[in-house]
Amino acid sequence: MNCRFDVLVVGIGGQGTVLASNILGEACVIEGIPVRGAETHGMAQRGGSVESHIRIGSTFGPLISPGSADLLIAFDLLEGFRARHFLRDGAPLVTSRSLVVPTSVYARSLPVPEESGIISALMGTRLCVVDAAGIASRAGSPLAQNVVMLGAASVYLPLSYEALLEAVRRTVPEKTRSLNEKAFEMGRDAGCNP
Amino acid sequence: MERRYLLGNEAIAHAAREVPVDFVCGYPGTPSSEVVDTLRVHPDPGGYIEWSVNEKVALENAIGASWCGLRALCTMKHVGLNVAADPLMTSAYTGVRGGLVIMSADDPFAHSSQNEQDSRVYAQFARVPCLDPSSVQEAHDMMRDAFALSEDTALPVIFRPTTRVCHSKSDVVLGEMKTEHRAGAFEKDARQFVVIPAHTRLLHKALNEKQPGIRRLLIEKGYNHFEIKGKKAVITGGIAASYVREVLPEGISLMVIGAYPIDDEWLSSFISRHKEVLVIEELAPVIEVQVRELSGTVPVYGKKTGHVPFEGEFSPLAVEKFLISAGFLEKNIFPEPRQPDEVPMRPPILCAGCMHRSAMYAIRRIFPDSVYPSDIGCYTLGLQMGTVDTTICMGASITIGSGMAHSNTGKPVVCTIGDSTFLHSGITGLLNAVYNGADMVVIILDNRVTAMTGHQPNPVTGLTATGIGSPPVSLEAICRSCGAAFVETASPHAITQFLEVLKAARDKTGVRVIIARQPCVISDRRAGVKRKPYIVDTEACTGCAACIRFGCPAIVFEEEKARITDLCSGCGVCAEICPSGAIRKEVRK
Ligand code: SF4
Ligand code: SF4
Repeated sequence: MNCRFDVLVVGIGGQGTVLASNILGEACVIEGIPVRGAETHGMAQRGGSVESHIRIGSTFGPLISPGSADLLIAFDLLEGFRARHFLRDGAPLVTSRSLVVPTSVYARSLPVPEESGIISALMGTRLCVVDAAGIASRAGSPLAQNVVMLGAASVYLPLSYEALLEAVRRTVPEKTRSLNEKAFEMGRDAGCNP
Repeated sequence: MERRYLLGNEAIAHAAREVPVDFVCGYPGTPSSEVVDTLRVHPDPGGYIEWSVNEKVALENAIGASWCGLRALCTMKHVGLNVAADPLMTSAYTGVRGGLVIMSADDPFAHSSQNEQDSRVYAQFARVPCLDPSSVQEAHDMMRDAFALSEDTALPVIFRPTTRVCHSKSDVVLGEMKTEHRAGAFEKDARQFVVIPAHTRLLHKALNEKQPGIRRLLIEKGYNHFEIKGKKAVITGGIAASYVREVLPEGISLMVIGAYPIDDEWLSSFISRHKEVLVIEELAPVIEVQVRELSGTVPVYGKKTGHVPFEGEFSPLAVEKFLISAGFLEKNIFPEPRQPDEVPMRPPILCAGCMHRSAMYAIRRIFPDSVYPSDIGCYTLGLQMGTVDTTICMGASITIGSGMAHSNTGKPVVCTIGDSTFLHSGITGLLNAVYNGADMVVIILDNRVTAMTGHQPNPVTGLTATGIGSPPVSLEAICRSCGAAFVETASPHAITQFLEVLKAARDKTGVRVIIARQPCVISDRRAGVKRKPYIVDTEACTGCAACIRFGCPAIVFEEEKARITDLCSGCGVCAEICPSGAIRKEVRK
């Protein structure tokens, strides 16, 4: 397969964007597709905005150019909004409903961002909002939100369901395997329609 | 052979095991740290592995191992090479026995660094070979082959991946890990290893005479290569090559430099077959300067002509713009990106319950209107709290501070430095400050680990890199033996007591040392330490926002009242700060 598909995963340090990248990369290896990625490490991870670029089918550099991502997955609504300019026209944004207010808002007394406000500002973007926290808790652990989000976004990916599920199995810690499989499947059923 | 999706640094670590490397050392620094971190946690670490206390110490250890015939790898970030520059420069004279590879990871755009220096310039300065990979696979292959290159040239080799290689991921083809490690033997040869003037003059001459052979060898090895496609040519190197490949139109020649020094004849014959040349490389104009020297009448575009910047990192989009500006590309490949939306910033912040926050809070209270020299670590984020006035390089809090203390500004000098940074290069500064009678307060933020770079152990942790117990060094004893008369230890979580210690220090003169000791919340969590979270009694909360100003990310403000989220790690400091006593430990029934 020589299709190229650029996925940007954004979130907050500690939310598991790196694991998401590992799962997508592993799925590419399973399918025999080349893949490149880039991510944030070091100090920036301490509660700051983080991003993982995953370029499925690419043999070039690891960075996705603004305006050309084929899919944006956001683990935080505000981070999705922040990264929206990476999407090419008409490409989908799959985002978690959860929203962590940055401390900078309080420090500078800025208006506190709210879900409804952000969602209406995202008008015009193909949007799928997922209750990742709720689904993950039902799957057995709030820590599985990242896998729920991948499940929800999987319908847009040029990777087979089997490869993705196998990648989840191989990538998550053994003890949490069945929980994460469930989280992935429940995410997939979350109602994002390509 | 196996294909896996790996982080650049993981692939580099794997390559070192394929050699196999016998001796590994380094000092953590983003973006280099995961190489040693990957090797040291392997169930069977293979050869010898250590986290050294600083880069000079690390490199000298590695040189010692190499002189005993072992294959040695020494890792650091680019600025670490400044610390290790002394042994680097002369190890080029003495040369090596076992292959010696120095990984100096550069950080264009200073994602996590104090500057954007270019290690290729160091290699040029020291006259040693330098490898500059353009992808994760190439980084793997270069690391695997670098030890042989070092032995073939009898020189240390600088391996210089950048952030976008170290922290990139890719499917990579890996080889077998090998286990045949060498046993060391030191064959004495004073003319090689004792660089008295009579010896070093000859060694310098020999180093210079080696250079033409090295240039030719690097061409033979295929690190530098080109494809002729037309009358215009792009010359690039490192990660920039991958961006160029993505956007270069048909009909333009491409030369990719992966190794230095570049052979003059080879380079000039390529240039002379073209009518125009554009050089695209991040940071220093290393390739460009040489191209200009050899270009004759062929016009060269690059940094000097303003087509390409001297600073920052590139991207496919940036390279597209360079090509257009030099007339190598007619129209945009990427859509004109829309303006990013106005979204409140989310910079990195200290963790909920981090002791640095409480320490900085206390410093501001007891030492208002002071000068705060600080250092490199998570606590540099204290900038957001107004208690970081200077940060320049590792260990420079105490020394910049003592310089200021002797400058009669009339303001107290209160500096902060982490445990690892103090052990890296703070001790000499403290010794100097005490010796020369500086009047200042030194606060050692001792969280028992090298936190910022990924929680590596250091001499206060009680463990070596591979998890072997080692006696935790006493910071108190070190400070006292440097001559400091006032040395007190307290936990910033016990904020009331900590404030008292600061007050006691304020009322004395000379160098006063306070060791603020409290383990990093992340290492605590990993070690299974559990503290009850705190909650806000909304009845008692008056909405004064004193806790919000403290800045803990676990505290949010909703409907004019504070609320504590599940990020709380139970440090309890906000409870002591709240003037209405509205914050208390959660009691679950
Ligand atoms: S990692 Fe440790 S030292 Fe760094 S901010 Fe978090 S708690 Fe503080
Ligand atoms: S106790 Fe207070 S200051 Fe400490 S982590 Fe919890 S909310 Fe933050």
